[in-house]
Amino acid sequence: MADYKSLYQEVILDHNKKPRNYGVLEHASHHAVGHNPLCGDHISVALNFDRECIDCIAFQGESCAICKASASMMTAAIKGKSRADAEILIHEFLAMATGKLDLDSPNHIGRLAVFAGVCDLPTRVKCAILPWHTLHAAFNSVASTSTEADNDPMRAPIGNA
Amino acid sequence: MTAIQSALRSRSTSAPASTFDVERIRVDFPILALEVGGKPLVYLDNAASSQMPRQVIDRLVRYQTTQHANINRAVHYLSETATSEYENARRKLQRFIGAREEREVIFTSGTTDAINLVMHGYGRKFIGAGDEIILSTLEHHSNIVPWQMLAEEKGAKIRVVPINDAGELLIGEYEKLFNAHTKFVGVTHVSNALGTINPVKHMTAFAHARGVPVLVDGAQAAPHMKVDVRDLDCDFYAFSGHKLCGPTGIGILYGKAALLERMQPFKGGGDMILSVTFEQTTYNTIPHKFEAGTPPIAAAIGLGAAVDYLSAIGMEAIAAHELDLLDYATEQINGIPGVRIIGTAGKKAAVLSFTVDGVHPHDVGTLLNQEGVAVRTGHHCAQPVMQRFRVPATSRASFAFYNTLAEVDALIAGIRTVQKVFA
Repeated sequence: MADYKSLYQEVILDHNKKPRNYGVLEHASHHAVGHNPLCGDHISVALNFDRECIDCIAFQGESCAICKASASMMTAAIKGKSRADAEILIHEFLAMATGKLDLDSPNHIGRLAVFAGVCDLPTRVKCAILPWHTLHAAFNSVASTSTEADNDPMRAPIGNA
Repeated sequence: MTAIQSALRSRSTSAPASTFDVERIRVDFPILALEVGGKPLVYLDNAASSQMPRQVIDRLVRYQTTQHANINRAVHYLSETATSEYENARRKLQRFIGAREEREVIFTSGTTDAINLVMHGYGRKFIGAGDEIILSTLEHHSNIVPWQMLAEEKGAKIRVVPINDAGELLIGEYEKLFNAHTKFVGVTHVSNALGTINPVKHMTAFAHARGVPVLVDGAQAAPHMKVDVRDLDCDFYAFSGHKLCGPTGIGILYGKAALLERMQPFKGGGDMILSVTFEQTTYNTIPHKFEAGTPPIAAAIGLGAAVDYLSAIGMEAIAAHELDLLDYATEQINGIPGVRIIGTAGKKAAVLSFTVDGVHPHDVGTLLNQEGVAVRTGHHCAQPVMQRFRVPATSRASFAFYNTLAEVDALIAGIRTVQKVFA
């Protein structure tokens, strides 16, 4: 029970208050919307690659502090990484949030370790991992700039990334 | 002397509600002595499920220890004992809600099951294409979804009674919804998300004047006020055992005998038949027609013990104490800038939904839990209500008769802590 007190640490509260990379990304090559039906929270993640690396990333949405801070810190951690490295981090974050990652063995978690305590709060795990699931979905998405584009018969998907 | 003995004794001398001794009552509830994360448990999630007094726990143990067998079957001692205790429990529920006859009380697995029974048993037989079903904005999903399923199957239509900004049904609008196609009304007695007490007696009378039957969802009313189905005159009344100090997996559907007899069975199986051949099955009489298979016998008997316990304290005394808690909590929350109460109806049961500016309800819930305070956060299975107030979710404190003013203080202190953390 000790850890959840530390869940609302300064760093999480700060990212909730002043989220990094918050907003719309015009002409994103990859985009996905994540939804948590349990609480109605939803966030969208959009990104662009420059050659092999994630060049720009942005998120937006309505969510609790845990979800918003997780998304904010995720975008900061992911920027500049290759897709392969990003996938490793997604995997490690999901493992940490569900209590399956040994933080003492080598990993890439870094500052994201502030979310380790969430594994003691099963109902809040989904809040922390929603942005990461959404990022994973975005990697596998077809190009899309907005929901309106989905209804545009002229829209030409450029295929899976 | 336990609280129930004391309440029984004080009732025999017709003591007024002022003798309500909450500390003595709390002794009956072992779980209330728990600590959560080193803080005393402050359990304010009673609208989701209430706690169980020792008297009910003991009754379950006694049944399983000395009385259990299957009912309505064998001629041996235990089967006869279990059958008689199960039917005793039915009579207790009959008295608890003032039903005319015990066969008007059907044991179900809960409110949801009871509403589904009415949808299948009454709705599928008597509601057809072009017919209209009136529901209210305040309904729990369990009194929406079954009717949507029926409407889809039959080509019927759902009409919805709107609410005002206080969370009260607009009765004038309700009355305007009636027309020649109206075939059914489903309305909640008390809103689980806001606490609004609806004028179901008037609504029933209005529907009856137009020949339309009414189902009242009593899940949030039966635990908190005296319910008299004959006075309400509704055709169906449903509630769950676990919200009024009973076990989970049990609830009741009250239905007027004449209607229940005209309805088709919901589930087929043992106990609900008189004779079966592969050519023809004759259904049992009510209530057995609607109780297929082996019921949760222990849970039904436990629910009987729960209504005994509540009746000994007195539903009027319970309602009065809970109203004190609600009034005090409302006044205290209104005194905190940045906290908004959702649902400010003139007549409310002890449910307090609120939002804290700039803080998501899930964060409120987690931080309150850190203080030992258990509240519900989310949409409360009433998404249309949330949409009406344009909030994704709320935090909800819901009181029971065993809660205290000091626990309200703990809630208020917890909300102030939430604001400090997010300042």
